[in-house]
Amino acid sequence: MPPVDVVLVGFGWTASIIAQELTDAGVQVLALERGAWRDTVPDFATDHIQDELRYAVRKQIFESPERETLTFRNNASQTALPMRHLGSFLPAAGVGGAGVHWNGQCWRFLPQDFQIRTHTEQRYGKDFIPADMNLQDWGVTYEELEPHYDRFEYLCGVSGQAGNVGGQLVAGGNPFEGPRQRGYPLPPLERSASTVLFDKAAREVGFKPFPCPAANTSRPYRNPLGVQMGQCTYCGYCEWFGCGNYSKASPQTTILPVLLRKDNFHFRTHCNVTRVNTDSTGKRATGVTYVDVDGNQIEQPAQMVVLCAFAQHNVHLLLLSKIGQPYDPVSNTGVVGRNYAYQITSSVDVFQKERLNPFMGAGALGQAIDEFNGDNFDHGPHGFIGGGYIALWNTGGRPILQHHLPQNAPKWGAGWKKAMQENYLTACSIATHGSVMSYRSSYLDLDPTWRDVYGNPLLRLTFDFQPNELTMSGFLTDKAAQIGRAIPGATIHEKKRQGPYSIVPYQTTHNTGGAVMGDDPKTSVVNRYLQSWDVPNLWVMGASVFPQNAGYNPTGTVGALTFWSAEAMKRYLKNPGPLVTV
Amino acid sequence: MSAALRKGLALPALFLLAMLCTACSHDRDPAAPSAVKLGERMSPGPWGEISRGRYLVRAGDCEACHTAPGGQPFAGDRAIPTPFGTIYSSNITPDPETGIGRWTDQDFYRAMHEGIDRQGNPLYPAFPYPWYTRLSRDDVLSIKAYLDTLTPVRHVHRKNELPWPLDQRGLMAVWNGMYFDEGTYQPDPKRSAQWNRGAYLVQGPGHCSACHGDRNFAGATDMDGPPTGGYAENAYAPSLAGGVRDGLGSWTEQDIVQYLGTGRNSRTAAAGPMAEVVEQSTQYLSKPDLEAIAVYLKSLPAPEDTSVATVDKDTLDRGAALYVDNCEGCHLKQGQGEIGAFPPLRQSSAVQAASADTLIGVILDGAHIPRTTAEPTGLAMQGFADHLSDAQIADLTTYIRNAWGNRAEAVDADHVEDLREALRKSP
Repeated sequence: MPPVDVVLVGFGWTASIIAQELTDAGVQVLALERGAWRDTVPDFATDHIQDELRYAVRKQIFESPERETLTFRNNASQTALPMRHLGSFLPAAGVGGAGVHWNGQCWRFLPQDFQIRTHTEQRYGKDFIPADMNLQDWGVTYEELEPHYDRFEYLCGVSGQAGNVGGQLVAGGNPFEGPRQRGYPLPPLERSASTVLFDKAAREVGFKPFPCPAANTSRPYRNPLGVQMGQCTYCGYCEWFGCGNYSKASPQTTILPVLLRKDNFHFRTHCNVTRVNTDSTGKRATGVTYVDVDGNQIEQPAQMVVLCAFAQHNVHLLLLSKIGQPYDPVSNTGVVGRNYAYQITSSVDVFQKERLNPFMGAGALGQAIDEFNGDNFDHGPHGFIGGGYIALWNTGGRPILQHHLPQNAPKWGAGWKKAMQENYLTACSIATHGSVMSYRSSYLDLDPTWRDVYGNPLLRLTFDFQPNELTMSGFLTDKAAQIGRAIPGATIHEKKRQGPYSIVPYQTTHNTGGAVMGDDPKTSVVNRYLQSWDVPNLWVMGASVFPQNAGYNPTGTVGALTFWSAEAMKRYLKNPGPLVTV
Repeated sequence: MSAALRKGLALPALFLLAMLCTACSHDRDPAAPSAVKLGERMSPGPWGEISRGRYLVRAGDCEACHTAPGGQPFAGDRAIPTPFGTIYSSNITPDPETGIGRWTDQDFYRAMHEGIDRQGNPLYPAFPYPWYTRLSRDDVLSIKAYLDTLTPVRHVHRKNELPWPLDQRGLMAVWNGMYFDEGTYQPDPKRSAQWNRGAYLVQGPGHCSACHGDRNFAGATDMDGPPTGGYAENAYAPSLAGGVRDGLGSWTEQDIVQYLGTGRNSRTAAAGPMAEVVEQSTQYLSKPDLEAIAVYLKSLPAPEDTSVATVDKDTLDRGAALYVDNCEGCHLKQGQGEIGAFPPLRQSSAVQAASADTLIGVILDGAHIPRTTAEPTGLAMQGFADHLSDAQIADLTTYIRNAWGNRAEAVDADHVEDLREALRKSP
């Protein structure tokens, strides 16, 4: 293949942003996507996308484990086995990536999240941090990322209520958020009956609820690139579906109409990248090798390579390409695969009398409190690190997977139907969404036994919830229950997350780490600009660079980091070389 | 009159004409340079002429018809459906064998001005020479200068699919005699330069009335009257004349400029064949030219608003229910649409046009708003052909054309059935 300036592995959120930024800077960019092309019409058209069985149950728009999967075990004493059905998390395949099927919950992390080790040591002392916890700072600060958060939010048309503009608290917003330069581009979504219930109850308990930031447009919106979005119809089919109404931010609805018109941008679908190639020194990437739809191995030379695949796939590629030192959990040395993290969720189901019409929803329509996220509260008495938000999301009222029944309801038959009839319109659920720290025992490496369709070793995930996270999640769930009990006439059911971690039930697709960023090449794969320490013309995007996970959905931070890195890439293109030397 | 009906009448009528008519004499207008100059020369010399030619090629939307779907630009072979049969466009790249590489300037001017090819054969008026004849010789030669710069593509012209006797090109001499007025645009001294420029663009290169004008049984457009709407490629091009309900009467000049420049405005969005016209042609026109077009179009008189029969309540009720289920999510409860995103249907002249064919076509096959440099998004609507029956589409169309103060002729299921069939067969 003829060489290109920049090759992007994957064509989802991060690739679209990088492509848009670098083509503007005048270089030739090629994206290689393992999945298919897809667009709002016809692929997500409103005459067929609201099909829960096809998309949510049969998982039509996700990656297919027959082609690519990973093996899993809870700890190093076990033998890992391949995940043969998607469960706990749902990586995407296809243009737009997971940006097509996310809910649009578009948060910023807290300022302290980026300096969590420094902050924790200062406030609670070094001994507060468990010995096996690989807690580390990001190498970038909230203040540095703020303009890039802003760009991503204005790209997406986020609907929300600012809580802190330039250090001034704004009533109705999240009082704990870091200072932002301006409010959200759009006002919050219309509230649903259930979020109003939550709001009242949370206030009664003494918390400060606010509307969750939503990359679902509350109004028609034209973003700074000139791309037009329509107004959300509250159809309730965001999560695991493509949006048929141009209302949920995705590469298709925010960037591609502009990007695809450019002569210096190209993309190829059904091209599965299996290696990043390096020259004889191992210090310079020469391009990538991919397998096309006919099984041909093709080399694509490039001056610069950017890994834009889903978090664990970026790590898998680095390991297969033998770039960077693989992590060794025994000696706690090496970096690639180190600090895999996840998130921990739980819920409190609420059964009450008021009609809530749950089917009128949107992926990020919710009301939340942030009192117990990050270090917004004194952790001293509790003895754990981290936290999360507590929210009532009204993402939709899909009949199969989005209903809530009392514990004692029959599981099938006439009794089940009766319970459904009695509860569908009135039940709701309060969610907790908690951080997961990084540990020596949580990592990614190559499986010694199992191989994928290309003959490459599968990626192996070794992960379990640690006592710190289970304690934290239990604490959050109790707070959520407190709010639930404040809802008039409510009966509640607390569903605490129990260990060990299981890869079977869906929890969240917020997998992080394995190629983390930082200031020290001994504990990070990429520098603070997301540039590989070992191969300076190789960059890694996405949540695989998170040193540990925070208590928020990651997409807002992924977007901000991508814009941040794109600025650094433009400097690199003018003067190639490592942007950080140690 | 439905497309099928018109076709049924036209064939025998034209046949009869061919038998009866002998050659008609016609005044030959010498190729006098027009007083109206189009496009400013960016620089003197050949580059300026080529640039002007490129601008005019876009203004005339030449590429649209002279490029097959997925084919090489300007190499021809696009199927042009006409009521009489399918005509395949010719290769206008400078290939010596299959294109216009051997054509002299005079050959090219004769084709544009008289509708006669290099070999002396009459061309079919699917090639809009009845409009291009209005172009000044300078403008025509600029077009040639630009086409000469294209990469030659070898592509042999496919034989048209026309029934006898229409496949006899000689017949076109008769047609020309009856319906073709050769002659460069003559400015109206009583009107402003801007108006004349607009008239030149609309009547000449833009050949707007080729679609927006009414055609007679022989496929000829009335070149003198205002373009009060006409059928084109299974769609209906609405009236460009005045008229608040179904014309441009309520549009401002700025609305027209915005529509042609971006494919949308606060009143509607381009759909059907017009979406392609905006994408390939009008978005490239300069602001002064778009303003000139707007000034000219706004000067056209409104025809008398024909009476429209009232629609029965049952039909409207059925249509309203279908609207809620299928349309309201984007076009909203009062048909107001979302400005910038989804076009309004309320008080839309396109929706209330004399024929509902474009609206029915959009419901059947979907549509996308043109992707332009100014507005790149191209928001799309899916088709409902597989979801709604002919009767449902008829009710829905009738409802949309008569809701929220709209008023237009009802549509029946047979008409939807005919159009569904025609669109299915359309190349």
